[in-house]
Amino acid sequence: MTPSAQQRDFAASLHELLAAADTPSMARAWGRGEHPSGLALWRQLAKLGVTALAIPESHDGLGATAMDLVVAFEELGHHAVPGPLVESIAVAPLLAPPQWLPRLASGEVIATVAPWYLDADIADLVLGGTPGALAACVDRTRRLFPAAGDLTEPAFNAGVLACAAQLSGLGRALLEMSVSYAKSRVQFGQPIGQLQAIKHRLAEVLIALDFARPLLYAAAFSGTARDISAAKVACGDAAYLAARTALQVHGAIGYTEEFDLSIWFSKVRALVSVWGTPAEHRARVMAAL
Amino acid sequence: MKGLREWLAANVPHRLPSLDTAAGNEAHREWESKLYAAGWAVVTWPAEYGGQDASLHDWLTFEEEYWAADAPIRVGQNGLFLLAPTLFSFGTKEQRDRLLPPMARAEQVWAQAWSEPEAGSDLAAIRSTATRVDGGWLLNGQKTWSSRAAFADRAFGLFRSEPGSQRHRGLTYLMFDLRAQGVTVRPIAQLNGEPGFAEIFLEAVFVPDVDVIGEPGQGWQVAMSTTSHERGLSLRSPGRFIAAAGRLLELWRELGDPRDTAMRDRVVDAWIGAQAYRWHTHATVDRLASGGKLGAESSTGKVFWSELDLSLHEAALDLLGPTHDDRWTDGYLFALAGPIYAGTNEVQRNVIAERLLGLPR
Repeated sequence: MTPSAQQRDFAASLHELLAAADTPSMARAWGRGEHPSGLALWRQLAKLGVTALAIPESHDGLGATAMDLVVAFEELGHHAVPGPLVESIAVAPLLAPPQWLPRLASGEVIATVAPWYLDADIADLVLGGTPGALAACVDRTRRLFPAAGDLTEPAFNAGVLACAAQLSGLGRALLEMSVSYAKSRVQFGQPIGQLQAIKHRLAEVLIALDFARPLLYAAAFSGTARDISAAKVACGDAAYLAARTALQVHGAIGYTEEFDLSIWFSKVRALVSVWGTPAEHRARVMAAL
Repeated sequence: MKGLREWLAANVPHRLPSLDTAAGNEAHREWESKLYAAGWAVVTWPAEYGGQDASLHDWLTFEEEYWAADAPIRVGQNGLFLLAPTLFSFGTKEQRDRLLPPMARAEQVWAQAWSEPEAGSDLAAIRSTATRVDGGWLLNGQKTWSSRAAFADRAFGLFRSEPGSQRHRGLTYLMFDLRAQGVTVRPIAQLNGEPGFAEIFLEAVFVPDVDVIGEPGQGWQVAMSTTSHERGLSLRSPGRFIAAAGRLLELWRELGDPRDTAMRDRVVDAWIGAQAYRWHTHATVDRLASGGKLGAESSTGKVFWSELDLSLHEAALDLLGPTHDDRWTDGYLFALAGPIYAGTNEVQRNVIAERLLGLPR
């Protein structure tokens, strides 16, 4: 129940693409409502097959497994890619009328879904209800248009799992940033990463992320509501610990808009509370036990 | 693991007295010899030593069944889970032939003799010595906090065999008889009032050459292989925590107030933690099966399971309120030691930060 060699290769090529794409600048532009660079990346993701993953082969998709999606969303989270990724790539394929599926697969159509209608202003297809007015979000790259609406349970679960995977990737990136900063930032005549107070906090982050990930993979494998909720709780907790720790390790520079950490931090904070709050998911686990 | 569940259902004894009492120790040895006779004592060992040549995956299944059946704690655990893997990796055939069968039958129970008064977390500060003599070594010094030593037969540990050597160098891994001439064992009562560990005083205790594991002077390397087993995989299998989380759920159903969502969340988190440890261990076993090694990452597992065990038992005690329950109290007291033994969690966090994250020493 871990990614295969082929899935790891796919993750590596996605990582390569995203690392070269300057996703922080893209995220900032997206938050201002300037979409061209983000949409250009969307076309590149489509070329790599990311938008086709959850579409059945009968409709020009790849008919990929939940594990393939999890692997892809961990990388998308790792690079804090903006846009309705969960909505269009993981959820819409389960809700869209069949005639839309080939164009979702090819990336020509971008979809969004209820009840947050993320990026409804650029979506070609809106599912589950009608979007409301633009609303603020702690993550300014998330342009929400909340309104009533409903999702089917399989669609909701697909969104939760993809969101959990994004959180896992975001958390890992935050740990990498923190470790790298702790090695280079010198105070009291030594790298701060030499101080035990810093070491122990970062060790806790690694432990949380390392033990959340197997739940994510187990959830991709079983597909049950119970396991998906458990994964969302654990990935959310681990990513949030990574975010708080990252902010503390970076100190004042981390608390600036200009520094890229702010993009990862605020995305984690937003994702912890969407696709079901931690309390809702814990209640769902208990109900399933 | 065919027939295991049925065998356990038919044979697991009702709660034995504590293994850290004379009567309880005897009862646990009897249980373990019964387990051995039925072929279930050492499933991963080769058939020639009473095992079933089971894979690590089968071992995980065995452990889940064992703990789900509420079977007794393993009195032989120091030998079975720490010394035996070392003997398989570094021991001679003569040592395996001589030591493994009585260990598997619990005729010989092993204690560990790592810590010393001045060498706890800082294990490399060991001062007890092994001095070369004709045909073997003479041990001198003091060991302490030796788990199970009060009722065990033999012990294994590290000794400074090169006079004047520093830290990790010049240490030798030796085994000795706790009833040999020159050995004094002084039991120490633990928090629960029972002598779960002991001090061991050694005065010119003779150990023959055949009781050295690996090369003299290479003890640290040999011991480190044991400690990754101790921290990571074999000492605390996921089965224990899965079973305990299941019992916590039953307790919640029986006593929990459905409106108390804070308590509900603690119970759910215990279940999620046990599942996380389970799937993480399965991934580790997959990696080992395809030729990987168990290294510093075993430190993450040690911190995780010990904190999980404690928070799980704390949740149970908080659910019970003023009601006393022997079993949860015993489990809680046992769990309290987890963040301390096998290398304190603070030492593990140093290892994680320096060896896994690459932070400067």
